[in-house]
Amino acid sequence: MQRDDISIVLCGQAGQGVQTVEFLLTRLLKLAGYHVFATKEYMSRVRGGMNSTTIRVANREVAAYVRRIDVLVPLGKGAVEHVAGRISAQTIVLGERDMAGDGPAVQACRFFDVPFTHMASDLGNKLYANIVAVGAIAALLGIDLERLADHVRRSFARKPASTVDDNVKAAEAGYQAAEGLGVRDLRLGPAPAAKVQDRLLLDGAEAVGLGAIAGGCNFVSSYPMSPSTPVLTFLAQHGRDFGIVVEQAEDEIAAINMALGAWYAGARAMVTTSGGGFALMTEGVSLAAMIETPVVIHLAQRPGPATGLPTRTEQGDLELALYAGHGEFPRIILAPGTLEEGFHLAQRAFNLADKYQVPVFILTDEYYIDSYYDTPAFDLSKAGVERHIVKTAKDYRRYAITEDGVSPRGVPGCGEGLVIVDSDEHDEEGHITEDLDLRVRMVNKRLAKGESLGADVVPPTLVGPENYKNLVLCWGSTYHAVKEALSRLGRDDAAMLHYSQVYPLHGDTADYMTRADRTILVEGNATGQFAKLVELHSGVPADHLLLKYNGLNFGVEELVEGFQGLMEDDR
Amino acid sequence: MMDASTFDMGDIDIAWCPGCGNYPILKTLKEAVAELQIDPTRLVMVSGIGQAAKIPHYLRAHVFNGLHGRALPPATAIKAANPSLTVIAESGDGDMYGEGGNHFIHCIRRNPNITNIVHDNRVYGLTKGQASPTSPLGFTTPVQVHGVCLEPFNPLAVAIALNAGFVARANAQDREQTKDLMKKAITHRGYALLDILQPCVTYNKLNTYQWFKEHTYYLDESHDPHDRMAAFQRATETDKLPLGVLYISPDKLPFEDNTGVYRDDSRPLHERQVDVERLGDLMNSLAANA
Repeated sequence: MQRDDISIVLCGQAGQGVQTVEFLLTRLLKLAGYHVFATKEYMSRVRGGMNSTTIRVANREVAAYVRRIDVLVPLGKGAVEHVAGRISAQTIVLGERDMAGDGPAVQACRFFDVPFTHMASDLGNKLYANIVAVGAIAALLGIDLERLADHVRRSFARKPASTVDDNVKAAEAGYQAAEGLGVRDLRLGPAPAAKVQDRLLLDGAEAVGLGAIAGGCNFVSSYPMSPSTPVLTFLAQHGRDFGIVVEQAEDEIAAINMALGAWYAGARAMVTTSGGGFALMTEGVSLAAMIETPVVIHLAQRPGPATGLPTRTEQGDLELALYAGHGEFPRIILAPGTLEEGFHLAQRAFNLADKYQVPVFILTDEYYIDSYYDTPAFDLSKAGVERHIVKTAKDYRRYAITEDGVSPRGVPGCGEGLVIVDSDEHDEEGHITEDLDLRVRMVNKRLAKGESLGADVVPPTLVGPENYKNLVLCWGSTYHAVKEALSRLGRDDAAMLHYSQVYPLHGDTADYMTRADRTILVEGNATGQFAKLVELHSGVPADHLLLKYNGLNFGVEELVEGFQGLMEDDR
Repeated sequence: MMDASTFDMGDIDIAWCPGCGNYPILKTLKEAVAELQIDPTRLVMVSGIGQAAKIPHYLRAHVFNGLHGRALPPATAIKAANPSLTVIAESGDGDMYGEGGNHFIHCIRRNPNITNIVHDNRVYGLTKGQASPTSPLGFTTPVQVHGVCLEPFNPLAVAIALNAGFVARANAQDREQTKDLMKKAITHRGYALLDILQPCVTYNKLNTYQWFKEHTYYLDESHDPHDRMAAFQRATETDKLPLGVLYISPDKLPFEDNTGVYRDDSRPLHERQVDVERLGDLMNSLAANA
């Protein structure tokens, strides 16, 4: 029997090789021509704990998490118990008896003993156990042995020749051991005709990071905080190549104030942070609004309040981003669902910030940042800076009142004028004022930008039939899970409406919603923050909410069940 | 030759009290930057909040008047985004040492080529007379009713402990010496701290012009500013406060040089474009197909 969609779970303590196996395996499968997706859940610690990675391999595009486990590879004691709720009688547990144990969870599934560590020791070093595991999984899936050996050889090419040989032998040993098990029902069918090999394989952090570079980002100041740090790391690693000033600030307050200073002087700056760090930045958001200096804020959400669950996911900071900062002022909140959107919206964020001189948020979450899959190369034809800086004349006034609220933005040292910005209410020149009539004109000018930027709102994406009866609304990282769940549901009257810009809300929202008999809103928080926003701005409440806030992202199966439960009464 | 009047704002409303120590500092600063031939379009004045923090509005230059305590982070970034600008972060003791204390510490460590001028009058003015980080022990205010019991913050000792590139103290009423110190601070390559003692004629009845005259002295040639231990010792003197350059740590690379972005390209960041070809290479390297 051949399969076209297999879910593999690697589980063990931090530091036990989950990442090594995951890295080698996903790349091997992609090189073999299959689509791959991987996501992880992990504990907030450096060593120990229990972490798992779910890998999907398929002959069609896969980009969502499923609860189902076809193959479980325990790489540490307690692994099977850790994912017990996800295994069934069909699940194959492949690995060492020592790691799998003999508990009820193992007895309830198909266990195959492959003594990874023992075999590795026989080859001279028990560190090769992870490579034995890669070989065993490859055999189970029916990947060609020569391709496996070649992949291992290339992956360790920088190591001494003897190490390369030992690793290849370990992979081959694992492969042969698993072949001998006689498991034939998990072999992958033929790879798809489309050339998967040349597609990109990247995660959300890399998509946002690449998009930032494409948008001209040349300054990033941040304080490390899960799950936002990978974006900072990505930009740091490529900073020298792209002329990016990368600075780890002493705190998030410094980070956003640096970013504002950088934009003021003509750089294109961003900060990357999570809820707790962003809380410290809120005075800076307000400053950005007052001095009308652009800023791009990547806010990767995790469960709060306070320190919350540092390594878990949630869509719980929408309202934080929406209302952060004292005073009244416009802003833009983008929330990519796909990796492609992450790239294009990050790029767009810089141009929008520059164009309208407002704070622009890129709202992601741990699940989005840490998950990866193969996707076509991004279109770079529009990469680059849409320049909105003017050369100043001698009589330049930074806050010249204009109809659309946007005053031409000069920077110090470019032209003969002076660029004066003040966190106090100010006159058109930028100097502090307590002229209360002028205050009203300045408020109106700043708010006028909120109207102007309405012209650039990203429309929501409708997936499914135009003449839907059931409409599922979602935003941000839930895109793929909702899409796959509706596809599995197979109803010709159900469609998805996904928002990659959540604020300002697109004007067609009420129209989309009133055309449906039933609306369901899916989001990863406890209070339905987007649902509230939708109702406030469209006037239409969603009929049903599907919420999740235990720290994990939605799985496809639970959405299918949720949709079935809500839609069944009209069949 | 540039004249100090180049920096005059004309007839403007100044929010300082008559007799305030801020006036001589403003006048001296205009003279210092004029003598250094710094064009107003090349000078960026950065401040936070407070009475001293209003100084950028009172001379002709670019202005970034940001949030309370937050002058140093944007000043650092402005210099990093365009190193050809002269950047002066100037504000009061509450702004720089209190609300901005963490930035003060880390800005010294970061060492951007900016000048940090602090108006140190040992009291809060704009919030009407509460203690500042540099208020002396026992100083009574409407809030510190029984007198200040917190150890006064010693900015010079902290800066020397952090191996700051340039650490000096001035007395606002000595205009010639202060101008000389300002010029030295501005031309120092790297972070330079100039703490300027000044009276608050409204809220500090203790540290008056006369008091500062009697309780300060100028360092003479016997002091070697490259001797860190000697500098630290001077910084901790309290009976009579030393004035002049206490400490110089030469040859420290400024932050903007350390960023690496000016290694092969001296253009400010606003003149640059994205290297799309290189971006394509980076993107394609993520295909993991080699």
